[in-house]
Amino acid sequence: MDQSRYEYLLLLGDNSMILGHRLSELCGHGPSLETDIALTNISLDLFGQVRSYFQYAAELKGDAATEDSIAFTRFDRDYRNAILVEQPNEDFAHVIVRQFLFDSFHLPLLEQLVNSRDETIAAIAAKSIKESRYHLRFSSEWVKRLGDGTEESHQRTQAALDHLYPYLHEVYNESPIEKEMKKAGIGADLATVEAISRNTIEDVLTESTLMLPKIEPRMVRGKQGIHSEHMGFILSDLQYMQRAYPNMQW
Amino acid sequence: MDIKSLEDRFEAKIAAGESIEPKDWMPEKYRKTHIRQISQHAHSEIVGMLPEGNWITRAPSLRRKVALLAKVQDEAGHGLYLYSAAETLGITRDEMTEQLLSGKAKYSSIFNYPTLTWADIGAIGWLVDGAAIINQVMLTRTSFGPYARAMVRICKEESFHQRQGYEIMLTLCNGTPEQKAMAQDALNRWWWPSLMMFGPRDAESPHTEQSMKWKIKRKTNDDLRQQFVDITKPQADILGISIPDENLKWNEASGHYDFGAIDWDEFWQVVNGNGQCNKDRISAKQKAWDEGAWVRAAAVAHAEKKANKKQKLSA
Ligand SMILES: [Fe+2]
Ligand SMILES: [Fe+2]
Ligand SMILES: [Fe+2]
Repeated sequence: MDQSRYEYLLLLGDNSMILGHRLSELCGHGPSLETDIALTNISLDLFGQVRSYFQYAAELKGDAATEDSIAFTRFDRDYRNAILVEQPNEDFAHVIVRQFLFDSFHLPLLEQLVNSRDETIAAIAAKSIKESRYHLRFSSEWVKRLGDGTEESHQRTQAALDHLYPYLHEVYNESPIEKEMKKAGIGADLATVEAISRNTIEDVLTESTLMLPKIEPRMVRGKQGIHSEHMGFILSDLQYMQRAYPNMQW
Repeated sequence: MDIKSLEDRFEAKIAAGESIEPKDWMPEKYRKTHIRQISQHAHSEIVGMLPEGNWITRAPSLRRKVALLAKVQDEAGHGLYLYSAAETLGITRDEMTEQLLSGKAKYSSIFNYPTLTWADIGAIGWLVDGAAIINQVMLTRTSFGPYARAMVRICKEESFHQRQGYEIMLTLCNGTPEQKAMAQDALNRWWWPSLMMFGPRDAESPHTEQSMKWKIKRKTNDDLRQQFVDITKPQADILGISIPDENLKWNEASGHYDFGAIDWDEFWQVVNGNGQCNKDRISAKQKAWDEGAWVRAAAVAHAEKKANKKQKLSA
């Protein structure tokens, strides 16, 4: 098996899955019906991407692996998502800021992956890019609304930014797998992605009257499988059925 | 035109099977009845998201998770669509939400039962969406135009939900003994509440006569309930699980299934707020509403700021 390529797919899929999971927790509990529907939509898009990545990963892995065995039966340390997407739904400001930071990174990432030498990855990226563009538009609009809305919404959004922004750095940091994949022409060049992402963030924050936090990046290594304490609880939900009733068809 | 001739014209329209539109004159009672019924229906869609939403994060496969997310999202869409239909009668969505939270407005009692296992998601799709369709297919021909049109659109999605739920049950029943037991347990718990979804017996249903006359309803509660039993029993047979009613038998003479007595005391208990989850459901909606207040205020404030800026620019 092409181990590096497999792990790169986990890296891509796990980010979408854990963020999709956090959004799915909100279904039915949103601040309005319209936002409820929109956030569920984003969650659905992300899980759609997860399925594409993991179906391909299962193919590479062979050995009777399936999209579900990859999604649900790994141990905590084998998940490759960034810590940012694990952060809980503290309030709507946290939900929106987490989404916005991720989207600012995700869209330029996909824009690069469209040119991947791996045709399957390129095809998945091409399909996801339209979705991601919509996600970024949605989250940017809400950051502006909340940032430049009321006193309370401004404060809450700034607080969410102060909490979440220091986790963003991790997604830009090239891990050994990402370096290898970039060299092979399969993966993205994260330096380019970072530059575009930072630009987007600056533009949107200015319009939102929000401040880029002057806080050092947190030392986190989710991509290496060192997750937050939230992760075990996320997996308890996510894996519950597959763990309690192993090897069954659903 | 005096009230009497307006009334006559209205009744004539109804008798001729024409639809009543929001701009048309209508008796105050007709308007009130519709606000009550459509908002109650909308609330049911919205509260119904909670028991099913309870299993989204624990769905057993990616395929099922995506399908469940999409289903619950459809229900939100149904709620939205129905609130809009009710708004044409002169009530706002916020007012309707307040009525739901204060307990003044009701929603379908079925959603006050808990979803305890994954099989409950199958059973709800099969039975609850199934019962809803029977009611809603009838409502596609209801006399109030916006409500009838909303039903046409919603029914298509509900029948998709019903098939999906049945397919979950079928998979469980063809699975391991544990899975089949899970399906049977879900049927045991959801069967009787599903029969109660059609409302009180005709003899005890205060609104039925007027509703039939105004062609709001075209079939009685008992007729719809019978139709549901007749459709559902053979489906349970295919699954190979049994409906928890020893009096359920085919009646050659009537051409229908006979079935046992419904526990109406339980029904009224749940309607009156004493079901297992009544409090939880309203608390969850109250929490979302309260926590969403600053978000809604921010959206309004931001829109005003934007409008002011535009005005300044054009001045
Ligand atoms: Fe519905
Ligand atoms: Fe419905
Ligand atoms: Fe439905």
